[in-house]
Amino acid sequence: MLLKTLSVLAVAGCALALFSLERSPAAKSAAAPDVERGKYLVSFGSCNDCHTPLVMGPNGPAPDMTRMLSGHPSDLVLTQGPALEGPWGAAATHTLTGWSGPWGLSFAANLTPDKETGLGAWTAEDFIATIRTGRHLGRGRPLLPPMPVHYVNTLTDEDLRNVFAYLQRIPAVSNRVPQPVAPAQAR
Amino acid sequence: MDHQRLLGAALFALVTLGTPIWIALNAPRWTTHASSSPPATLAETGLYADARTLTLADVLLEYAPQYPLWTDGARKRRWIALPPGSAIDASDADAWRFPIGTKLWKEFAFGRRVETRYMELGGDGRWSYATYAWQPDESSATLAPEGGVAAACESSRGALHDIPGRFDCLACHEASPSPVLGFSALQLSSERDPRAPHADARESGVTLDELVARGLVRNLPAELLDNAPRIAARSSVERAALGYLHGNCGGCHNSRGALAELGLDLAWSFEHGSRALATTLDTPAKLQGRGLARQRLVAGAPAESLLFQRLATRDPYLQMPALGTHLVDEQARELMAAWIAELGRRERNSLAHGAAGTRR
Repeated sequence: MLLKTLSVLAVAGCALALFSLERSPAAKSAAAPDVERGKYLVSFGSCNDCHTPLVMGPNGPAPDMTRMLSGHPSDLVLTQGPALEGPWGAAATHTLTGWSGPWGLSFAANLTPDKETGLGAWTAEDFIATIRTGRHLGRGRPLLPPMPVHYVNTLTDEDLRNVFAYLQRIPAVSNRVPQPVAPAQAR
Repeated sequence: MDHQRLLGAALFALVTLGTPIWIALNAPRWTTHASSSPPATLAETGLYADARTLTLADVLLEYAPQYPLWTDGARKRRWIALPPGSAIDASDADAWRFPIGTKLWKEFAFGRRVETRYMELGGDGRWSYATYAWQPDESSATLAPEGGVAAACESSRGALHDIPGRFDCLACHEASPSPVLGFSALQLSSERDPRAPHADARESGVTLDELVARGLVRNLPAELLDNAPRIAARSSVERAALGYLHGNCGGCHNSRGALAELGLDLAWSFEHGSRALATTLDTPAKLQGRGLARQRLVAGAPAESLLFQRLATRDPYLQMPALGTHLVDEQARELMAAWIAELGRRERNSLAHGAAGTRR
């Protein structure tokens, strides 16, 4: 009888432990990304520096937060960069979203959740694969300078999920960023 | 009587305990490695019986897919090794399940051996990927850096060949229902496509029939046992074109892998054949930009077909495949142009017949 009672208690204890484990903060964080932490990482990681176009204001260039993280403006059309001489290795547009260097022309991506032109159709796995591999969707063309992918990919998968979750909650901006342009000799 | 019992017990113990010990002692040695730590040298992977003379191990099966991946004209050799007594489970005809310990090698040569790529299915059920770079004198090959080796050698036409990094391996092999590409029912079919670009002769490798006969592939669907896998097509050009897309694009662009959401399926499968046409013809391209075709495929118009445009360029930000090649596959370009032209003729004939039917 005692054995039977102890067995019942043991089973009940295990069930309680499992129930508690399921409701623990760690389990909760695995299920739901921390959007606030994502915002913090995007802010600290200076994503806005390149992905939000600068406009000239009374205090000089400032990020245009009406187009937050929407990338290089589609109406700023570039076909080639300036000639770089001497110690100059790269040049940027006044919006700081378009760059020219030995790799050709590159344009900051639209990170907003717009389905057609941003990351709206992406999954967190697509985002993680892109950052981990330095390739579009983990398999396509390479991400280009000045995207600091070698540093960003030091984030954990959990933090990349947090970043992605935040990016999916910012206002969607329809802005089709141009494709990068390879240097003439590489085309 | 007691002596007889004692003798019987001793014999029983000898047989029951001794047999597995004997089998274990006499079984071929099969070394597996943790997925996180591939061997430092190619010799340690088990490819060679004698690494000094480059004598291949006895357990290897050489194979040659009928629709090989284009790698700027590299001469390739491929081998697979299965642990003794094991077999591949082909019950999912489009995603064969390989036994733990399976090893595959692919050797690339441009005049000389340059690299050998290696895959192994570890005890944890995960595939590991490594690349071994050969010394210029081909005396040995050592593990390449995780990031690969850019411009490792000259391939042809003045282009350079890059040894891929680990993430490059993952890009293609982990985007498919089975990470093993090129070793499948269609690729090893005994009914080889005579127009497949760059295919090796059938004699150079093991076939599906032989694998089944030797019990190395099991549970293959009866349809594939009765009829050798073959791409159903309306012409030999179309068959070769669909096969080329399967071998060169279908690793990433399929209906079951990481990029399935793109709705671009260029792989052939036992389940539904080829859906390359169904997912490209007159379908708006997702990639948009200046100078880019707006449709994935337009019958009769290669220049207006993004699929053709990307296959026929080596602009590094536009080319397809996105990695592993710096030279356009001219043979494939001609094949695709012929196929798209053929699609145009077929469409025009169909329209003409429709109009004639209307007049009647």
